[in-house]
Amino acid sequence: MPFIPHTEADVSEMLAAIGVASIDDLFDEIPESLRSGGLTKVPEGLSEMEVARLMQDRAERDGRYLNFIGAGAYEHHIPAAVWQIVTRGEYYSAYTPYQAEASQGTLQLLYEFQTMMASLTGMDVSNASLYDGASGLAEAVLMAVRAHRDSRRILLPKTVHPHYRRVVENIVSAQNIELVEIDFDLKTGVTGTLSSEGFAALVIPQPNFFGCLEDVDRLTDWAHAQGGLVIGLVNPTALALLKPPGLWGTKGADIAVGEGQPLGAPLSSGGPYFGFMCCKQALVRQMPGRIIGRTVDLDGKPGFALTLQAREQHIRRAKATSNICTNQGLLVTAATIYMSLLGPEGLRRVATASHANTQQLVSQLTQIPGVRLAFDRPKFHEAVLQLDAPVAGVLHALEAQGITGGYDLTYLYPELGHALLVCATETKTTADLQKFADQLARIMGRQQAAPPCPIQPKI
Amino acid sequence: MLIFELSQAGRKSHAQMPPAVSSDIPAEFLRQDAPLLPECSEMDVVRHYTRLSQKNFSIDTQFYPLGSCTMKYNPRACNTLAMLPQFLARHPSAAAPTGQGFLACMHELQEMLKDVTGMAAVSLSPMAGAQGEFAGVAMIRAYHMARGDTARTEVLVPDAAHGTNPATAVMCGYTVKEIPTNRDGDVDLDALKQAVGPHTAGIMLTNPSTLGVFERRIQEVARIVHEAGGLLYYDGANLNAILGRVKPGDMGFDVIHMNLHKTFSTPHGGGGPGAGPVGVSERLIPFLPIPLVHEDRGVYRLLAEHDRPQSIGRLSAHIGNAGVLLRAYIYARLLGREGMHRVAEYATLNANYLMAELKKAGFDIAFKNRRASHEFIVTLKGLKEQTGISAMDVAKRLLDKGFHAPTTYFPLLVPECLLIEPTETESKQSLDAFVAALKEILEEAHTNPDLVKGAPYTTPVRRLDDVKAARELDLTWKPAA
Repeated sequence: MPFIPHTEADVSEMLAAIGVASIDDLFDEIPESLRSGGLTKVPEGLSEMEVARLMQDRAERDGRYLNFIGAGAYEHHIPAAVWQIVTRGEYYSAYTPYQAEASQGTLQLLYEFQTMMASLTGMDVSNASLYDGASGLAEAVLMAVRAHRDSRRILLPKTVHPHYRRVVENIVSAQNIELVEIDFDLKTGVTGTLSSEGFAALVIPQPNFFGCLEDVDRLTDWAHAQGGLVIGLVNPTALALLKPPGLWGTKGADIAVGEGQPLGAPLSSGGPYFGFMCCKQALVRQMPGRIIGRTVDLDGKPGFALTLQAREQHIRRAKATSNICTNQGLLVTAATIYMSLLGPEGLRRVATASHANTQQLVSQLTQIPGVRLAFDRPKFHEAVLQLDAPVAGVLHALEAQGITGGYDLTYLYPELGHALLVCATETKTTADLQKFADQLARIMGRQQAAPPCPIQPKI
Repeated sequence: MLIFELSQAGRKSHAQMPPAVSSDIPAEFLRQDAPLLPECSEMDVVRHYTRLSQKNFSIDTQFYPLGSCTMKYNPRACNTLAMLPQFLARHPSAAAPTGQGFLACMHELQEMLKDVTGMAAVSLSPMAGAQGEFAGVAMIRAYHMARGDTARTEVLVPDAAHGTNPATAVMCGYTVKEIPTNRDGDVDLDALKQAVGPHTAGIMLTNPSTLGVFERRIQEVARIVHEAGGLLYYDGANLNAILGRVKPGDMGFDVIHMNLHKTFSTPHGGGGPGAGPVGVSERLIPFLPIPLVHEDRGVYRLLAEHDRPQSIGRLSAHIGNAGVLLRAYIYARLLGREGMHRVAEYATLNANYLMAELKKAGFDIAFKNRRASHEFIVTLKGLKEQTGISAMDVAKRLLDKGFHAPTTYFPLLVPECLLIEPTETESKQSLDAFVAALKEILEEAHTNPDLVKGAPYTTPVRRLDDVKAARELDLTWKPAA
């Protein structure tokens, strides 16, 4: 069922106007040998009603779980108004605002977004978004190397999300950039004393992947004293509460990036989300991605337009700051509306309620025999637990009770033993926390009562 | 008016406020000042952003013939069904058994895209066309490296290519050599033969090209590049033109990216999110980016690094733009096999009809002796010389007539050009109305050129001062002191 409006009469009139006998004639420049025998693996088309039934069945097959996984994607309540407005056709079905006069809605919204993000991160300027937090960090690394000029070495702590570290490596590897892994303190879960010299930038995650709060002031001042830049990797919800990167140490971080998903994007199996990037004014010409500026029209009336396009691939081609073209406009639309609906107090309350729920969860879970808190350190809304039993089996048993019980760190951080990363956002009730605690107690009790299981649980 | 100017200190959107609780985080980690977010009621916010939306042109409100962007109708069912609550609620790190419905859709999409492109395997993970390009060129690099063939340092790119092509090649560590286009719009084969050699890693091609014509000697291009040991990269920007009729795999391409926000009608969203899956021939399969969706007797799971040791790795924290991929899957199921065959036919019919009508109306067609693919180029060089009216002036005047402008000044090879792509979802009537508007503008250009030079008049703002925007940077709003 293609969305093609042509009547038979239209088609004959159009063919006559072109001066050909059939639609096939329009493909006569394509060598005969290349004409395809047709599609074999694409099934017959369905009506909307049939597709709706199919998708509802698939969705029900997935079901719904009580979720305690964070690890870079956080389940927050999204006000109904957010996606009702985002999916208005005027936002949903428009494209990059190349024709500024016909795109003032999108452009003004992006300018408002840039203002909100710059303030949230305490930086001077923001771009209009990147693909996601992980690729955003890779772009920040490339930007730091461009800005620093003397060094192509980047210090990347192990407290940064392991997937982010892999993405950075994969994206920058062909550009002769050295990534130096920095260990963390096993007791506190944060980056310890640093000694490296001659680097372009230090990445500082706040909170870090374990939920622990890094000594951002000390690390920032240290990096600046060594002549390096500082890239702050931050959670935007946390920034309603925590010191913004622009105020870290004496001079503040130089670039702030992060995953924008907590601001109004549903978990949705991993995307679409968006990456945000802010920086100091002096670095703005090194920034990748779209940037919106306020200017005036012929009559002197204020308006908005894409600006600094000379950095971008459609103008600079091989010399562009990045190959990025589109960004994640629709998700930024959601984030801007989300932040406007919550306001500074609402976002602060989301942050504090999420943090308080996680603290409550941790205090309930650590009362269970065989469950301990891994790090003695101030945290934000996420924590690492160490279990006396293999994590995979525990998660599998929780899943059978309708709970996705956290993120298994066993393979990514073998030095932490049977480690599990848990998170409870503001969406969790007292009853939810109790259910998790009850089920975990039961499962851990069974693990301790029974002899060690000889068969590895299936992941 | 900006949302910040609507803000009133102390105003709250009460339904959106979780309970106030205190935090145990030590003061040294906390911020002292509140961030600059607006304080508004829910209705203030809804009204503000609804009104802003009304300042946009969009497919849902206007004909949007933006060349090379495939602005076709985005079926509403795709959005509604991709946003079913179970799909939205699933955490990306939740185990595979909790997402069998979702993963089944992803696996079927992978299989359908293999068929459509004629490639041996597909990875869905790249989050946009440009990231798909990156994945593609990174795979070419990984392939040569795995063979110990380290002398290949150069990627060939036709001069008509999208800017993302050379930018991507540079990100992947290559130098770029441009290949000229001949007068008929095909790649200059003599220049290509001169350019290839043991240093050639590959060539990046769009076919039909950005000039709106099919590269007729593509098999010859493939032979020349392959004989030199290079690989062929297909930029899928224009896949809508050949969907179901020609498969890039049959043309000899080794790797391809698709823009699902074009060909598979996922929303452009004011500039994203897109999705740029990549397809490869047999020899590049080991290098595909992860995660890949794997099926074994009706059970689905994601393949990671340890399953695919030679992979170029992951390019996003999770699986890429999952919700966009779902929309594309739903679109593919709605269209089905027959529907997909018809997409290219009607996109091509519309483009050739529009080209014929504009030629009759007195416009210069850049490649007038060629068939249009799904798009074509009008050059206004003659008009500019006669009247001083530029392609930009015509584009702006079209906005007054209720049409989004075509792509202007791209490709860079054709002076004063408009790249026009009507797509298959527009009716003859909307094409006729567009022709009538362009005819009026042509007449205005001769009778009242100042009217055209001053356009637009009916949009929320008139022409903007781009020079001021770049010189006196104003990127964030600041409250009055």
